[in-house]
Amino acid sequence: MNERAAAAISVQQLHKSFGKVHALRGIDFTVPRGTVMGVLGPNGAGKTTAVRVLTTLLLPDSGTASIEGHDVVREAAAVRRLIGLAGQATAIQIELTGRENLEIMGRLRHLSWSDVRTRGQELLDRFDLLEAADRPAKTYSGGMQRRLDLAASLLGDPAVLFLDEPTTGLDPHGRLQMWSIIRELAQHGTTILLTTQYLDEADELANTIIVIERGQVIAQGTSDELKDRVGGDVLEFTVVDKSRVDDAVRAVAGLSDTDAIVDAETGRVALRVGHRGSQALVQAVRALDTVHTETAGLALRRPSLDDVFLAVTGHAAEADGEQPPSRGRGRRRM
Amino acid sequence: MATLAAADVTPDAAQLLRWALSDAFVITRRNLLVWLRVPAYIVFTIVQPVIFVLLFRYVFGGAIRVATPGGYVSYLMPGIIGQTAAFACFATAIALAVEAQAGVIDRLRSLPMARSAVLLGRLMADGVRMLITILVILAVGYAVGFRFQNGVLPAIGMVVLAEAFGVTICCVACFIGLVIKDQEAVQAFGLIWLFPLTFVSSAFVPIQSMPDWMQAFANNQPITLVINAMRALALGNQPGAPPLNPNLWEAIVWLAGILIVFGPLAVRAYRRVS
Repeated sequence: MNERAAAAISVQQLHKSFGKVHALRGIDFTVPRGTVMGVLGPNGAGKTTAVRVLTTLLLPDSGTASIEGHDVVREAAAVRRLIGLAGQATAIQIELTGRENLEIMGRLRHLSWSDVRTRGQELLDRFDLLEAADRPAKTYSGGMQRRLDLAASLLGDPAVLFLDEPTTGLDPHGRLQMWSIIRELAQHGTTILLTTQYLDEADELANTIIVIERGQVIAQGTSDELKDRVGGDVLEFTVVDKSRVDDAVRAVAGLSDTDAIVDAETGRVALRVGHRGSQALVQAVRALDTVHTETAGLALRRPSLDDVFLAVTGHAAEADGEQPPSRGRGRRRM
Repeated sequence: MATLAAADVTPDAAQLLRWALSDAFVITRRNLLVWLRVPAYIVFTIVQPVIFVLLFRYVFGGAIRVATPGGYVSYLMPGIIGQTAAFACFATAIALAVEAQAGVIDRLRSLPMARSAVLLGRLMADGVRMLITILVILAVGYAVGFRFQNGVLPAIGMVVLAEAFGVTICCVACFIGLVIKDQEAVQAFGLIWLFPLTFVSSAFVPIQSMPDWMQAFANNQPITLVINAMRALALGNQPGAPPLNPNLWEAIVWLAGILIVFGPLAVRAYRRVS
């Protein structure tokens, strides 16, 4: 089996513009079968556009993409038989019950009535919706609606599952529940492409992560690889007397090859100290002691994906405001 | 892996047709279920037309002189059924606008279902809904003095023509709903043209009572032609009364013409949603 054949999702040089907005500017990535790919980026980075091209809802301007070897443009019908799309509960008809919603989605996937019933029952049970199954979905919480939506997309046992921001807007409890469901799906071998704005979510769920900004892949790798790009551990502390911040920074400057990141408002100092472990902590305490600076919360931590984002883009992970029109003009497919 | 094999099998034409029909029925059933669950929809589609029948029969009816056998209630019923069939399209346009806006259509398009099912299922469900409304109106009409006077088959013909007319207008509404994609906008001005078109027709009053310049329009516009044909089917031509203009073929040609223009436009708008 060559590399292309083992790829569940393969994307080459994908371009898509809406008028003057270049939503995708040459995206490349590959998702091996049975793995979870996290697509991370701020609002308007191009994540949703990429998912819409891969799920045959939008025609690319150029470049190719395939799902399990089927081209998303030329073999769209075959692709639709292989994929499931879920995310923000848009497939749920809130006037109908959970069970009815599953029946409709199952029938539209051409499952028999008896399959729809048994599979539906299984999924309701598995996603903790059995008790609410015969209530209209409008009485469900946000988390329940998302779970129902996800259940609906699993009815045809899709080989590749697209989850477009599945936890956006959920409360922490709903989010954790969704995470455990996604983890379980991944364990059963479903290939998952997950878009998210949350760094911890990608960190938690994905085998590999691509970071997209302004329609381009700006970083790619496992969570650990991305964190290594930051340059090892981060030493953090807060200077209690803010007028002494500069003294403190000078004192610890020798511990790192790079400049410290200083938040002047809170007196918080962060410094990349490489892979020296607690050695760095000891040295920092000594250095700060020599300048008699009182600090709080001195700690050594693994870099978060926030640090990664900062390291790759030079700014924090925030919406860049360049939102592509979700219902704009351009080529579409039926 | 079973799921992978399934994607590689290209279904034959007969299978695709079976799926297309099944998909359209699934969507029809879904739309009808939603209709049954929302009390406001029932009021809008059943109670409101019944109130119209009673208002026209008893409030305006006394002031309107017609030469129709059976009096104003005979004149009114085909008109009000035609008007109700036409106004059914508000629900069509609003539902599609909401589905397009909320991304429902997108999600359905990512499924391996027939592309035709969303529009077909919408039209079929609205056709069923319309039929229920028409039958309720007829029952109320019978209670307030209306009688079919031309036999059973022409009476059925009148209902079929009303359905054909209503579904045709629904096609126009599909196009408008999918292009505007905004519930408020559809409600506010997307279908406002239906009011003058239905009221400046032979639906409620004889056209001879209108000013001359308006008569020229009212006499030749499709809703008048359809309603005159419905009236002829319901009441027939009776000795001593002025002959009813059948207009049936003109009505059918108009409906076919509207379908030929707006059917493809609606399909095109559906493909371009999102």
